[in-house]
Amino acid sequence: METLAKAWQLLIEMDADLLAVIGLSLKVSGLAVLFALIMGAPVGAALAIWKFPGRQVLIVVFNSLMALPPVVVGLSVYLLLSRSGPLGSWGILFTPKAMIIAQTALIFPIIVALTREAVQPVFREYRGLLISLNASPVLVLRTVLWDARFGVVTALLAGFGRAIAEVGAVIIVGGNINGLTRVMTTTIALETSKGDLELAMALGIVLITLALTMNAMIYAISQIGRKYQEVRE
Amino acid sequence: MKVVALILTLLAGPMLAQDRTMILASTTSTQNSGLLDFILPQFEAVSGIHVYVVAVGTGQAMRIARNGDVDALLVHHRPSEDIFIMQGFGVGRVDVMVNDFVIVGPTADPAEIAVSTSAAQAFEQIMSSQNRFVSRGDISGTHLREMDIWHDAALLPSGRWYLEVGSGMGTALNLASGLNAYILTDRGTWLSFRNRGDLTILFEGGTGMRNPYGYIRANPAQFPHVKSDEAAALGDWLISVEGQAAIGAFRINDVQLFCPDALPTPDQSQDQHRTCAANALQR
Repeated sequence: METLAKAWQLLIEMDADLLAVIGLSLKVSGLAVLFALIMGAPVGAALAIWKFPGRQVLIVVFNSLMALPPVVVGLSVYLLLSRSGPLGSWGILFTPKAMIIAQTALIFPIIVALTREAVQPVFREYRGLLISLNASPVLVLRTVLWDARFGVVTALLAGFGRAIAEVGAVIIVGGNINGLTRVMTTTIALETSKGDLELAMALGIVLITLALTMNAMIYAISQIGRKYQEVRE
Repeated sequence: MKVVALILTLLAGPMLAQDRTMILASTTSTQNSGLLDFILPQFEAVSGIHVYVVAVGTGQAMRIARNGDVDALLVHHRPSEDIFIMQGFGVGRVDVMVNDFVIVGPTADPAEIAVSTSAAQAFEQIMSSQNRFVSRGDISGTHLREMDIWHDAALLPSGRWYLEVGSGMGTALNLASGLNAYILTDRGTWLSFRNRGDLTILFEGGTGMRNPYGYIRANPAQFPHVKSDEAAALGDWLISVEGQAAIGAFRINDVQLFCPDALPTPDQSQDQHRTCAANALQR
Protein backbone atom coordinates (compact mmCIF):
# COMPACT_ATOMS: atom_id res chain seq x y z
CA MET A 1 0.00 0.00 0.00
CA GLU A 2 2.82 2.31 0.97
CA THR A 3 4.57 1.41 -2.27
CA LEU A 4 1.50 2.22 -4.35
CA ALA A 5 1.17 5.56 -2.57
CA LYS A 6 4.82 6.29 -3.28
CA ALA A 7 4.42 5.36 -6.95
CA TRP A 8 1.40 7.64 -7.20
CA GLN A 9 3.35 10.41 -5.52
CA LEU A 10 6.27 9.94 -7.96
CA LEU A 11 3.88 10.05 -10.92
CA ILE A 12 2.21 13.21 -9.70
CA GLU A 13 5.31 15.08 -8.63
CA MET A 14 7.41 14.06 -11.66
CA ASP A 15 10.53 15.88 -10.51
CA ALA A 16 13.07 16.92 -13.12
CA ASP A 17 15.44 14.00 -12.43
CA LEU A 18 12.76 11.37 -12.79
CA LEU A 19 11.45 13.09 -15.90
CA ALA A 20 14.92 13.03 -17.45
CA VAL A 21 15.28 9.32 -16.63
CA ILE A 22 11.88 8.50 -18.15
CA GLY A 23 12.65 10.68 -21.16
CA LEU A 24 15.95 8.89 -21.80
CA SER A 25 14.26 5.49 -21.44
CA LEU A 26 11.68 6.43 -24.06
CA LYS A 27 14.27 8.02 -26.34
CA VAL A 28 16.74 5.12 -26.25
CA SER A 29 14.17 2.34 -26.57
CA GLY A 30 12.05 4.31 -29.05
CA LEU A 31 14.97 4.99 -31.39
CA ALA A 32 16.23 1.42 -30.98
CA VAL A 33 12.86 -0.01 -32.01
CA LEU A 34 12.70 2.45 -34.91
CA PHE A 35 16.14 1.46 -36.24
CA ALA A 36 15.42 -2.23 -35.67
CA LEU A 37 12.14 -1.83 -37.56
CA ILE A 38 13.71 -0.04 -40.52
CA MET A 39 16.37 -2.73 -40.85
CA GLY A 40 14.47 -5.75 -39.57
CA ALA A 41 11.05 -5.49 -41.25
CA PRO A 42 12.42 -5.81 -44.82
CA VAL A 43 14.65 -8.70 -43.73
CA GLY A 44 11.69 -10.45 -42.10
CA ALA A 45 9.49 -9.89 -45.16
CA ALA A 46 12.25 -11.10 -47.50
CA LEU A 47 12.56 -14.29 -45.45
CA ALA A 48 8.83 -14.86 -45.87
CA ILE A 49 8.78 -14.14 -49.59
CA TRP A 50 11.86 -15.46 -51.33
CA LYS A 51 13.31 -18.92 -51.35
CA PHE A 52 17.09 -19.00 -51.29
CA PRO A 53 19.72 -21.40 -49.98
CA GLY A 54 20.18 -21.08 -46.23
CA ARG A 55 16.76 -19.48 -45.70
CA GLN A 56 15.57 -22.18 -43.30
CA VAL A 57 18.78 -21.82 -41.31
CA LEU A 58 18.36 -18.05 -41.12
CA ILE A 59 14.76 -18.43 -39.92
CA VAL A 60 15.84 -20.77 -37.12
CA VAL A 61 18.76 -18.49 -36.23
CA PHE A 62 16.55 -15.39 -35.94
CA ASN A 63 13.94 -17.32 -33.97
CA SER A 64 16.62 -18.43 -31.53
CA LEU A 65 18.19 -14.98 -31.29
CA MET A 66 14.87 -13.71 -29.90
CA ALA A 67 15.94 -15.42 -26.68
CA LEU A 68 19.33 -13.67 -26.62
CA PRO A 69 20.16 -12.61 -23.04
CA PRO A 70 20.51 -8.81 -22.84
CA VAL A 71 23.73 -9.20 -20.84
CA VAL A 72 25.33 -11.06 -23.75
CA VAL A 73 24.24 -8.36 -26.19
CA GLY A 74 25.55 -5.70 -23.81
CA LEU A 75 28.87 -7.47 -23.45
CA SER A 76 29.26 -7.92 -27.22
CA VAL A 77 28.51 -4.26 -27.88
CA TYR A 78 30.84 -3.27 -25.03
CA LEU A 79 33.72 -5.26 -26.56
CA LEU A 80 32.93 -3.64 -29.92
CA LEU A 81 32.82 -0.06 -28.61
CA SER A 82 35.52 -0.33 -25.95
CA ARG A 83 38.61 1.78 -26.60
CA SER A 84 40.50 -1.44 -27.19
CA GLY A 85 37.76 -2.80 -29.46
CA PRO A 86 37.34 -2.42 -33.24
CA LEU A 87 35.05 0.63 -32.97
CA GLY A 88 36.83 2.18 -29.98
CA SER A 89 37.84 5.27 -31.93
CA TRP A 90 34.19 6.33 -32.11
CA GLY A 91 34.44 7.12 -28.40
CA ILE A 92 30.74 6.49 -27.74
CA LEU A 93 30.96 3.95 -24.91
CA PHE A 94 29.01 5.10 -21.84
CA THR A 95 26.76 7.34 -23.94
CA PRO A 96 23.09 6.97 -24.97
CA LYS A 97 24.31 6.15 -28.50
CA ALA A 98 25.94 2.97 -27.24
CA MET A 99 22.69 2.07 -25.45
CA ILE A 100 20.66 2.58 -28.64
CA ILE A 101 23.07 0.34 -30.57
CA ALA A 102 22.84 -2.39 -27.93
CA GLN A 103 19.05 -2.33 -27.79
CA THR A 104 18.77 -2.23 -31.57
CA ALA A 105 20.88 -5.38 -31.74
CA LEU A 106 18.76 -6.93 -28.99
CA ILE A 107 15.39 -6.43 -30.67
CA PHE A 108 16.43 -6.77 -34.33
CA PRO A 109 15.83 -10.56 -34.27
CA ILE A 110 12.39 -10.03 -32.68
CA ILE A 111 11.34 -7.65 -35.44
CA VAL A 112 12.69 -9.99 -38.13
CA ALA A 113 11.03 -13.12 -36.74
CA LEU A 114 7.64 -11.54 -35.97
CA THR A 115 7.53 -9.64 -39.27
CA ARG A 116 8.18 -12.89 -41.12
CA GLU A 117 5.33 -14.53 -39.19
CA ALA A 118 3.01 -11.65 -40.10
CA VAL A 119 3.99 -11.47 -43.76
CA GLN A 120 3.86 -15.18 -44.58
CA PRO A 121 0.03 -15.60 -44.73
CA VAL A 122 -0.37 -12.25 -46.51
CA PHE A 123 2.13 -13.25 -49.16
CA ARG A 124 0.39 -16.60 -49.73
CA GLU A 125 -2.72 -14.62 -50.66
CA TYR A 126 -0.95 -12.20 -52.98
CA ARG A 127 1.57 -14.54 -54.47
CA GLY A 128 -0.22 -15.31 -57.75
CA LEU A 129 -1.23 -11.71 -58.32
CA LEU A 130 2.25 -10.30 -57.69
CA ILE A 131 3.85 -12.91 -59.94
CA SER A 132 1.37 -12.34 -62.75
CA LEU A 133 1.98 -8.57 -62.47
CA ASN A 134 5.70 -9.30 -62.64
CA ALA A 135 6.12 -6.81 -59.76
CA SER A 136 9.59 -5.59 -58.83
CA PRO A 137 11.07 -6.89 -55.52
CA VAL A 138 10.71 -3.44 -53.93
CA LEU A 139 7.04 -3.28 -54.88
CA VAL A 140 6.47 -6.80 -53.55
CA LEU A 141 8.12 -5.88 -50.23
CA ARG A 142 6.13 -2.66 -49.93
CA THR A 143 2.84 -4.33 -50.76
CA VAL A 144 3.14 -7.23 -48.34
CA LEU A 145 4.57 -5.09 -45.52
CA TRP A 146 1.71 -2.63 -45.86
CA ASP A 147 -0.86 -5.38 -45.92
CA ALA A 148 0.70 -7.06 -42.89
CA ARG A 149 1.03 -3.75 -41.04
CA PHE A 150 -1.02 -4.78 -38.02
CA GLY A 151 1.22 -7.77 -37.52
CA VAL A 152 4.24 -5.51 -37.94
CA VAL A 153 2.83 -3.20 -35.24
CA THR A 154 2.68 -6.21 -32.94
CA ALA A 155 6.34 -6.89 -33.73
CA LEU A 156 7.10 -3.26 -32.95
CA LEU A 157 5.30 -3.45 -29.61
CA ALA A 158 7.05 -6.68 -28.69
CA GLY A 159 10.40 -5.11 -29.56
CA PHE A 160 9.66 -1.94 -27.63
CA GLY A 161 8.48 -3.93 -24.63
CA ARG A 162 11.69 -5.95 -24.57
CA ALA A 163 13.86 -2.83 -25.00
CA ILE A 164 12.23 -0.66 -22.34
CA ALA A 165 12.20 -3.53 -19.83
CA GLU A 166 15.78 -4.77 -20.19
CA VAL A 167 18.55 -3.75 -17.83
CA GLY A 168 21.42 -6.10 -18.66
CA ALA A 169 22.55 -4.49 -21.92
CA VAL A 170 22.15 -0.80 -21.10
CA ILE A 171 23.88 -1.06 -17.73
CA ILE A 172 27.02 -2.52 -19.35
CA VAL A 173 27.33 -0.16 -22.33
CA GLY A 174 25.74 2.87 -20.62
CA GLY A 175 27.28 2.53 -17.18
CA ASN A 176 24.17 3.87 -15.39
CA ILE A 177 25.72 7.36 -15.21
CA ASN A 178 23.56 9.85 -13.36
CA GLY A 179 22.28 12.52 -15.72
CA LEU A 180 23.77 10.89 -18.81
CA THR A 181 22.88 7.22 -19.24
CA ARG A 182 20.55 6.44 -16.34
CA VAL A 183 17.24 4.94 -17.47
CA MET A 184 14.22 3.52 -15.64
CA THR A 185 15.47 -0.04 -15.35
CA THR A 186 18.99 0.86 -14.23
CA THR A 187 17.51 3.25 -11.65
CA ILE A 188 15.33 0.43 -10.33
CA ALA A 189 18.38 -1.86 -10.13
CA LEU A 190 20.34 0.87 -8.34
CA GLU A 191 17.62 1.62 -5.77
CA THR A 192 17.21 -2.11 -5.14
CA SER A 193 20.92 -2.42 -4.45
CA LYS A 194 20.66 0.50 -2.05
CA GLY A 195 18.02 -1.49 -0.21
CA ASP A 196 15.36 1.16 -0.91
CA LEU A 197 12.84 -1.43 -2.04
CA GLU A 198 9.81 0.89 -1.81
CA LEU A 199 11.33 3.46 -4.18
CA ALA A 200 12.49 0.69 -6.53
CA MET A 201 9.02 -0.85 -6.59
CA ALA A 202 7.39 2.55 -7.04
CA LEU A 203 9.64 3.19 -10.05
CA GLY A 204 8.65 -0.25 -11.35
CA ILE A 205 5.01 0.75 -11.16
CA VAL A 206 5.78 3.99 -13.00
CA LEU A 207 7.51 1.92 -15.73
CA ILE A 208 4.54 -0.44 -16.06
CA THR A 209 2.11 2.50 -16.18
CA LEU A 210 4.13 4.05 -18.99
CA ALA A 211 4.33 0.81 -20.95
CA LEU A 212 0.59 0.30 -20.45
CA THR A 213 -0.21 3.79 -21.71
CA MET A 214 1.98 3.42 -24.81
CA ASN A 215 0.56 0.00 -25.63
CA ALA A 216 -3.01 1.17 -25.15
CA MET A 217 -2.38 4.13 -27.45
CA ILE A 218 -0.83 2.05 -30.23
CA TYR A 219 -3.55 -0.59 -29.86
CA ALA A 220 -6.25 2.08 -30.11
CA ILE A 221 -4.63 3.57 -33.22
CA SER A 222 -4.37 0.18 -34.92
CA GLN A 223 -8.00 -0.63 -34.02
CA ILE A 224 -9.16 2.64 -35.54
CA GLY A 225 -7.07 1.84 -38.62
CA ARG A 226 -8.60 -1.63 -38.89
CA LYS A 227 -12.14 -0.26 -38.61
CA TYR A 228 -11.43 2.39 -41.22
CA GLN A 229 -10.07 -0.29 -43.52
CA GLU A 230 -13.13 -2.50 -43.02
CA VAL A 231 -15.44 0.40 -43.79
CA ARG A 232 -13.53 1.11 -46.99
CA GLU A 233 -13.71 -2.46 -48.08
CA MET B 1 43.73 39.40 -36.39
CA LYS B 2 41.72 40.27 -33.34
CA VAL B 3 38.53 39.30 -35.14
CA VAL B 4 40.00 35.95 -36.13
CA ALA B 5 41.09 35.34 -32.54
CA LEU B 6 37.63 36.26 -31.31
CA ILE B 7 35.94 33.90 -33.75
CA LEU B 8 38.33 31.15 -32.78
CA THR B 9 37.58 31.71 -29.13
CA LEU B 10 33.86 31.67 -29.80
CA LEU B 11 34.15 28.48 -31.82
CA ALA B 12 36.46 26.82 -29.36
CA GLY B 13 34.62 28.10 -26.30
CA PRO B 14 31.60 25.82 -26.35
CA MET B 15 33.74 22.91 -27.51
CA LEU B 16 36.11 23.37 -24.61
CA ALA B 17 33.24 23.76 -22.18
CA GLN B 18 31.81 20.48 -23.40
CA ASP B 19 35.19 18.83 -23.11
CA ARG B 20 35.37 19.52 -19.40
CA THR B 21 33.97 16.16 -18.46
CA MET B 22 35.60 12.94 -17.41
CA ILE B 23 34.60 9.39 -16.57
CA LEU B 24 35.45 8.00 -13.15
CA ALA B 25 35.07 4.28 -12.47
CA SER B 26 34.29 3.91 -8.81
CA THR B 27 33.05 1.23 -6.49
CA THR B 28 29.42 0.78 -5.59
CA SER B 29 30.25 1.67 -1.97
CA THR B 30 31.20 5.26 -2.83
CA GLN B 31 28.25 5.70 -5.19
CA ASN B 32 25.43 3.95 -3.30
CA SER B 33 26.29 5.67 -0.04
CA GLY B 34 25.81 9.05 -1.74
CA LEU B 35 29.39 10.24 -1.11
CA LEU B 36 30.16 11.00 -4.76
CA ASP B 37 26.85 12.82 -5.26
CA PHE B 38 27.86 14.93 -2.26
CA ILE B 39 31.48 15.80 -3.11
CA LEU B 40 31.60 15.84 -6.92
CA PRO B 41 29.30 18.89 -7.33
CA GLN B 42 31.72 20.74 -5.01
CA PHE B 43 34.60 19.76 -7.30
CA GLU B 44 32.62 20.86 -10.36
CA ALA B 45 31.90 24.23 -8.73
CA VAL B 46 35.62 25.05 -8.42
CA SER B 47 36.95 23.30 -11.55
CA GLY B 48 34.10 23.41 -14.07
CA ILE B 49 34.70 19.71 -14.70
CA HIS B 50 31.71 17.42 -14.65
CA VAL B 51 32.53 13.91 -13.51
CA TYR B 52 30.48 11.01 -14.90
CA VAL B 53 30.56 8.09 -12.50
CA VAL B 54 30.39 4.46 -13.56
CA ALA B 55 29.91 2.52 -10.34
CA VAL B 56 31.04 -1.09 -10.52
CA GLY B 57 33.08 -3.46 -8.39
CA THR B 58 36.82 -2.88 -8.04
CA GLY B 59 37.54 -5.87 -10.31
CA GLN B 60 35.28 -4.65 -13.12
CA ALA B 61 36.48 -1.06 -12.65
CA MET B 62 40.06 -2.15 -13.30
CA ARG B 63 38.98 -4.39 -16.15
CA ILE B 64 37.32 -1.55 -18.06
CA ALA B 65 40.22 0.75 -17.16
CA ARG B 66 42.60 -1.79 -18.71
CA ASN B 67 40.63 -1.31 -21.94
CA GLY B 68 41.13 2.44 -21.69
CA ASP B 69 37.43 3.12 -21.19
CA VAL B 70 37.68 5.42 -18.15
CA ASP B 71 39.83 8.40 -17.18
CA ALA B 72 40.37 7.54 -13.53
CA LEU B 73 39.60 5.01 -10.80
CA LEU B 74 38.50 5.28 -7.18
CA VAL B 75 38.91 1.76 -5.82
CA HIS B 76 39.76 -0.16 -2.67
CA HIS B 77 42.05 -3.14 -2.99
CA ARG B 78 45.66 -2.10 -2.63
CA PRO B 79 47.33 -5.31 -3.97
CA SER B 80 45.25 -5.16 -7.19
CA GLU B 81 45.91 -1.42 -7.46
CA ASP B 82 49.67 -2.00 -7.27
CA ILE B 83 49.54 -4.67 -9.98
CA PHE B 84 47.41 -2.36 -12.14
CA ILE B 85 50.01 0.39 -11.85
CA MET B 86 52.96 -1.98 -12.29
CA GLN B 87 51.44 -3.19 -15.55
CA GLY B 88 51.49 0.39 -16.79
CA PHE B 89 47.74 1.02 -16.92
CA GLY B 90 47.61 3.64 -14.18
CA VAL B 91 49.66 6.49 -12.77
CA GLY B 92 49.69 8.91 -9.84
CA ARG B 93 48.01 6.79 -7.18
CA VAL B 94 47.06 8.74 -4.04
CA ASP B 95 45.47 7.68 -0.76
CA VAL B 96 42.14 9.47 -0.55
CA MET B 97 40.14 8.15 2.36
CA VAL B 98 39.46 5.15 4.50
CA ASN B 99 36.54 3.49 6.15
CA ASP B 100 36.32 0.01 7.54
CA PHE B 101 34.79 -3.37 6.90
CA VAL B 102 32.35 -4.88 9.36
CA ILE B 103 30.80 -8.32 9.66
CA VAL B 104 27.05 -8.16 10.02
CA GLY B 105 24.75 -11.05 10.86
CA PRO B 106 21.55 -12.09 12.64
CA THR B 107 20.98 -10.32 15.97
CA ALA B 108 20.89 -13.70 17.76
CA ASP B 109 24.46 -14.32 16.51
CA PRO B 110 24.34 -18.14 16.46
CA ALA B 111 28.05 -18.34 15.56
CA GLU B 112 28.91 -16.06 18.50
CA ILE B 113 31.28 -13.90 16.50
CA ALA B 114 30.59 -10.85 18.65
CA VAL B 115 33.24 -12.16 21.05
CA SER B 116 35.75 -13.06 18.33
CA THR B 117 39.16 -11.44 18.66
CA SER B 118 39.89 -11.23 14.93
CA ALA B 119 38.06 -11.28 11.62
CA ALA B 120 39.76 -14.58 10.79
CA GLN B 121 38.48 -16.10 14.01
CA ALA B 122 34.97 -14.80 13.31
CA PHE B 123 35.06 -16.44 9.87
CA GLU B 124 36.30 -19.68 11.41
CA GLN B 125 33.39 -19.69 13.86
CA ILE B 126 30.87 -19.00 11.12
CA MET B 127 32.29 -21.88 9.10
CA SER B 128 32.22 -24.37 11.96
CA SER B 129 28.69 -23.29 12.97
CA GLN B 130 27.58 -23.89 9.34
CA ASN B 131 25.46 -20.75 9.50
CA ARG B 132 24.75 -19.18 6.17
CA PHE B 133 27.35 -16.73 4.88
CA VAL B 134 26.82 -14.59 1.81
CA SER B 135 29.90 -13.90 -0.33
CA ARG B 136 29.98 -11.22 -3.02
CA GLY B 137 31.85 -13.57 -5.34
CA ASP B 138 32.43 -10.81 -7.90
CA ILE B 139 36.14 -9.94 -7.48
CA SER B 140 35.12 -6.60 -5.99
CA GLY B 141 37.32 -4.96 -3.36
CA THR B 142 35.09 -6.35 -0.63
CA HIS B 143 35.15 -9.83 -2.11
CA LEU B 144 38.94 -9.74 -2.44
CA ARG B 145 39.19 -8.68 1.20
CA GLU B 146 36.89 -11.52 2.19
CA MET B 147 39.19 -13.95 0.36
CA ASP B 148 42.17 -12.41 2.17
CA ILE B 149 40.48 -13.07 5.53
CA TRP B 150 39.69 -16.71 4.62
CA HIS B 151 43.32 -16.99 3.59
CA ASP B 152 44.44 -15.57 6.96
CA ALA B 153 42.25 -18.14 8.70
CA ALA B 154 43.79 -20.86 6.49
CA LEU B 155 40.31 -21.98 5.46
CA LEU B 156 38.69 -22.79 2.13
CA PRO B 157 35.00 -21.93 2.44
CA SER B 158 32.61 -24.22 0.62
CA GLY B 159 29.40 -26.07 1.29
CA ARG B 160 25.69 -25.37 1.40
CA TRP B 161 26.15 -22.63 4.00
CA TYR B 162 28.49 -20.58 1.78
CA LEU B 163 26.52 -18.62 -0.80
CA GLU B 164 28.42 -16.89 -3.59
CA VAL B 165 25.99 -14.41 -5.15
CA GLY B 166 28.23 -12.80 -7.76
CA SER B 167 26.69 -9.36 -7.46
CA GLY B 168 27.07 -5.92 -5.90
CA MET B 169 27.16 -5.08 -2.19
CA GLY B 170 23.53 -3.96 -2.08
CA THR B 171 22.18 -7.04 -3.84
CA ALA B 172 24.28 -9.26 -1.58
CA LEU B 173 23.00 -7.39 1.51
CA ASN B 174 19.40 -7.81 0.33
CA LEU B 175 20.03 -11.54 0.09
CA ALA B 176 21.75 -11.75 3.47
CA SER B 177 18.88 -9.79 5.01
CA GLY B 178 16.34 -12.16 3.47
CA LEU B 179 18.21 -15.29 4.60
CA ASN B 180 19.38 -13.89 7.95
CA ALA B 181 22.93 -14.74 6.92
CA TYR B 182 26.37 -13.42 7.88
CA ILE B 183 28.11 -11.11 5.42
CA LEU B 184 31.21 -8.93 5.16
CA THR B 185 30.39 -5.38 4.12
CA ASP B 186 32.01 -1.98 4.08
CA ARG B 187 30.61 0.29 6.77
CA GLY B 188 29.57 3.00 4.31
CA THR B 189 27.22 0.80 2.33
CA TRP B 190 25.90 -0.75 5.52
CA LEU B 191 25.08 2.61 7.10
CA SER B 192 23.22 3.81 4.03
CA PHE B 193 21.48 0.46 3.41
CA ARG B 194 17.76 0.57 4.03
CA ASN B 195 16.64 -3.06 4.02
CA ARG B 196 18.52 -4.43 7.05
CA GLY B 197 15.86 -6.77 8.41
CA ASP B 198 17.22 -8.54 11.49
CA LEU B 199 20.88 -7.95 10.62
CA THR B 200 23.22 -5.98 12.84
CA ILE B 201 26.94 -5.29 13.13
CA LEU B 202 28.51 -8.15 15.11
CA PHE B 203 32.22 -7.74 14.49
CA GLU B 204 34.21 -4.59 13.82
CA GLY B 205 37.63 -3.10 14.40
CA GLY B 206 40.97 -4.82 14.55
CA THR B 207 43.64 -5.23 11.95
CA GLY B 208 42.53 -6.39 8.58
CA MET B 209 39.27 -4.45 8.69
CA ARG B 210 40.73 -1.15 7.51
CA ASN B 211 39.40 -0.24 4.06
CA PRO B 212 41.52 2.35 2.25
CA TYR B 213 40.44 3.93 -1.03
CA GLY B 214 42.96 4.96 -3.66
CA TYR B 215 42.61 7.28 -6.65
CA ILE B 216 44.46 6.28 -9.81
CA ARG B 217 44.62 8.08 -13.14
CA ALA B 218 44.60 6.16 -16.42
CA ASN B 219 48.10 6.24 -17.90
CA PRO B 220 48.04 8.75 -20.79
CA ALA B 221 51.12 7.10 -22.29
CA GLN B 222 49.14 3.89 -22.61
CA PHE B 223 45.83 5.54 -23.54
CA PRO B 224 46.42 8.80 -25.47
CA HIS B 225 42.69 9.61 -25.62
CA VAL B 226 42.09 9.84 -21.86
CA LYS B 227 41.27 13.18 -20.24
CA SER B 228 44.48 13.33 -18.26
CA ASP B 229 44.24 17.03 -17.30
CA GLU B 230 40.75 16.58 -15.91
CA ALA B 231 41.74 13.38 -14.14
CA ALA B 232 44.77 15.12 -12.61
CA ALA B 233 42.59 18.04 -11.47
CA LEU B 234 40.20 15.67 -9.70
CA GLY B 235 43.09 13.82 -8.06
CA ASP B 236 44.61 17.08 -6.84
CA TRP B 237 41.27 18.26 -5.49
CA LEU B 238 40.49 15.00 -3.69
CA ILE B 239 43.68 15.26 -1.65
CA SER B 240 43.47 19.05 -1.20
CA VAL B 241 42.31 20.63 2.04
CA GLU B 242 38.92 21.39 0.46
CA GLY B 243 38.47 17.93 -0.99
CA GLN B 244 39.45 16.21 2.23
CA ALA B 245 37.12 18.48 4.21
CA ALA B 246 34.28 17.64 1.81
CA ILE B 247 34.83 13.90 2.32
CA GLY B 248 34.95 14.37 6.09
CA ALA B 249 31.77 16.44 6.05
CA PHE B 250 29.70 13.73 4.37
CA ARG B 251 27.31 12.22 6.85
CA ILE B 252 24.28 9.98 6.94
CA ASN B 253 22.13 10.38 10.06
CA ASP B 254 24.98 12.32 11.68
CA VAL B 255 27.42 9.48 11.11
CA GLN B 256 30.62 10.11 9.19
CA LEU B 257 31.07 7.37 6.58
CA PHE B 258 34.53 8.04 5.16
CA CYS B 259 37.61 9.40 6.89
CA PRO B 260 39.91 11.60 4.80
CA ASP B 261 43.30 9.96 4.64
CA ALA B 262 45.50 12.16 2.46
CA LEU B 263 46.94 14.49 5.08
CA PRO B 264 50.48 15.70 4.41
CA THR B 265 52.43 13.95 7.18
CA PRO B 266 52.14 10.30 8.14
CA ASP B 267 51.69 11.19 11.83
CA GLN B 268 48.71 13.38 11.18
CA SER B 269 47.26 10.72 8.93
CA GLN B 270 47.57 8.20 11.75
CA ASP B 271 45.86 10.58 14.19
CA GLN B 272 43.11 11.27 11.72
CA HIS B 273 42.47 7.58 11.24
CA ARG B 274 42.51 6.95 14.97
CA THR B 275 39.92 9.67 15.58
CA CYS B 276 37.83 8.30 12.78
CA ALA B 277 38.10 4.72 14.00
CA ALA B 278 37.28 5.89 17.51
CA ASN B 279 34.15 7.52 16.13
CA ALA B 280 33.32 4.28 14.46
CA LEU B 281 33.62 2.30 17.67
CA GLN B 282 31.44 4.75 19.60
CA ARG B 283 28.50 4.02 17.39
